[in-house]
Amino acid sequence: MSEKAKKYAISYAMVGPFMILFAIFTVVPVIIAIVYSFSNYNVMQPPQFFSLNNFFDNYLRLFLDDEVFLISLRNTMLFAFITGPISYVACLLVAWFINDLGPKVRAWVTLLFYAPSLSANVYFIWQFIFSSDSNGLVNTFLMRFGFITEPVLWRHDTRYTLMVVIVVQLWLSLGTAFLAFIAGLQNVDKTLYEAGAIDGIKNRWQELYHITLPSMKEQLMFGAVIQITAAFAVGTISQELIGRPSPLYSANTLIMHMEDYALAPRFELGYACAIAVVLFSITLGINQLVRKLLQRGSKDG
Amino acid sequence: MGKLFKARIGRKATRSRMGNGLVVFLLLIIAAFMAAPMIYTINLAFKPMGELLRFPPTFFVQNPTLRNFADLSNAVSSSLVPFSRYIFNSFFISIVGTAGHVTLACLAAFPLAKHNFPGRKIMFSVIVLALMFSPIILNIPRYLQMARFGWLDSYFAILFPAMVTTLGLYLMKQFMEQINDSVLEAARIDGASELKVWWHVVLPAVKPAYLTLVLFAFQGIWNDPTPVMLYITTESKKTLPLALTYVMQGGLPRLGSTAVIGFLLMIPPIAIFILTQRNVIETMKSSGMKD
Repeated sequence: MSEKAKKYAISYAMVGPFMILFAIFTVVPVIIAIVYSFSNYNVMQPPQFFSLNNFFDNYLRLFLDDEVFLISLRNTMLFAFITGPISYVACLLVAWFINDLGPKVRAWVTLLFYAPSLSANVYFIWQFIFSSDSNGLVNTFLMRFGFITEPVLWRHDTRYTLMVVIVVQLWLSLGTAFLAFIAGLQNVDKTLYEAGAIDGIKNRWQELYHITLPSMKEQLMFGAVIQITAAFAVGTISQELIGRPSPLYSANTLIMHMEDYALAPRFELGYACAIAVVLFSITLGINQLVRKLLQRGSKDG
Repeated sequence: MGKLFKARIGRKATRSRMGNGLVVFLLLIIAAFMAAPMIYTINLAFKPMGELLRFPPTFFVQNPTLRNFADLSNAVSSSLVPFSRYIFNSFFISIVGTAGHVTLACLAAFPLAKHNFPGRKIMFSVIVLALMFSPIILNIPRYLQMARFGWLDSYFAILFPAMVTTLGLYLMKQFMEQINDSVLEAARIDGASELKVWWHVVLPAVKPAYLTLVLFAFQGIWNDPTPVMLYITTESKKTLPLALTYVMQGGLPRLGSTAVIGFLLMIPPIAIFILTQRNVIETMKSSGMKD
């Protein structure tokens, strides 16, 4: 064996176990989902693949014939376009605010803000906070101070259901990106701030815009990916807090719609896979788009 | 004059008093929003029945009791599985999955960061691509796979996908890139094999990163009820988050016990974060995406 082949062999041996398992449990499922999305598959019988003249049947049915899909798509997009940007800015602002604190205090404050996403399961408590009867904390509070006289049906009234999910998702969103921003802020070269002060930077906002943000571009990019991915994957929270289906599908998301078709009694796996492929494409597409925009923005700035 | 000028250089110059006030005010509001549900859960866990059912409800506990903890075995008695079993199962899969993930990611990150071999770039791009969608999207094909492998109702179906979470490999690779090549070269010249270099030089240098992977992996597996719901049917193999759902169905009378499980679920990830925080922040400094 040549020297070079030997060198490669050890590299492949080390990446091998991870990459093989990753291929089996992530790459292959993506392929399976795409392939089955062009079929009728009900688990009992082998999948019937579509011929050329009805090749896109599942996708056509989604967009032309499935009103609940369109509602779920709308909810998912609405949800992502609200929670994505807000959570991103919140991660950045809170990280930036606490960066001025001393290291000891900052450590504890970091824990306080990160705790909800650390113990993600505790979101069940929001079910009791947003109880629709007058036993709920929010209703109790609002009634005591006279904002409302009757309890609001937070988790049942279609005007509020999506909002409840958004609030809870925001509560859970100071996560990995938040930590990355804290680290990015600590990484900024301190002498830049001194130079900036001499160059006439007067307040913290100018400093943030001209010095801090350009110095942590790479973290900003990473954080964007993490927050976008999370914003499009919402389903479990809505299902647990509002229910599946939610009243008039007001808080249904694509993940929930996919599960609806995959599970009993429908077992329309080909169709469910088409939903998965749509969501997959949207998530990847938006991620790439935002990445391009951030790159262009950072080049201009 | 010189003294005044000096005082204006540095961070103080850009921090007005009113701005500081605004920042503290905003921080307090967000802190209250973040902390209130956690504090409420802990308070509920220690409330006696009378306070749990009181109308209108109170936020803080007045006469704390441990009754709800003792009541747990009653709350799950109809599932025929002792409560301690759920705790054990949760720890078991979290620890095994974390150990597997950290080992595989540490092994794979080294060649990705420091070797030059065909396919390296593509592999890493695929890893980054995988960060851009949630694995929850893949539940259907994964389920079909696990059925084919005969892994339904088996922990394998939970552990193997959890071991190859890409965030961990990504962070580890980014961190390893900072290791100085001359240190690795020196070890190689001394005759160390790549595996020895990995074990004796690389691993000690990436301690912050593998502690970070421990945190993220443990937290991820510990908190995620989805794969357990999907694959596990035997009650005695289920985990703490499922016990929570189960007890919660008991409604208001079981609110205390539900809160106790919530409280128990909080402790391990928070404890690990307190122990590893400094290392985690250190690791995240190299988390940036370069292009």
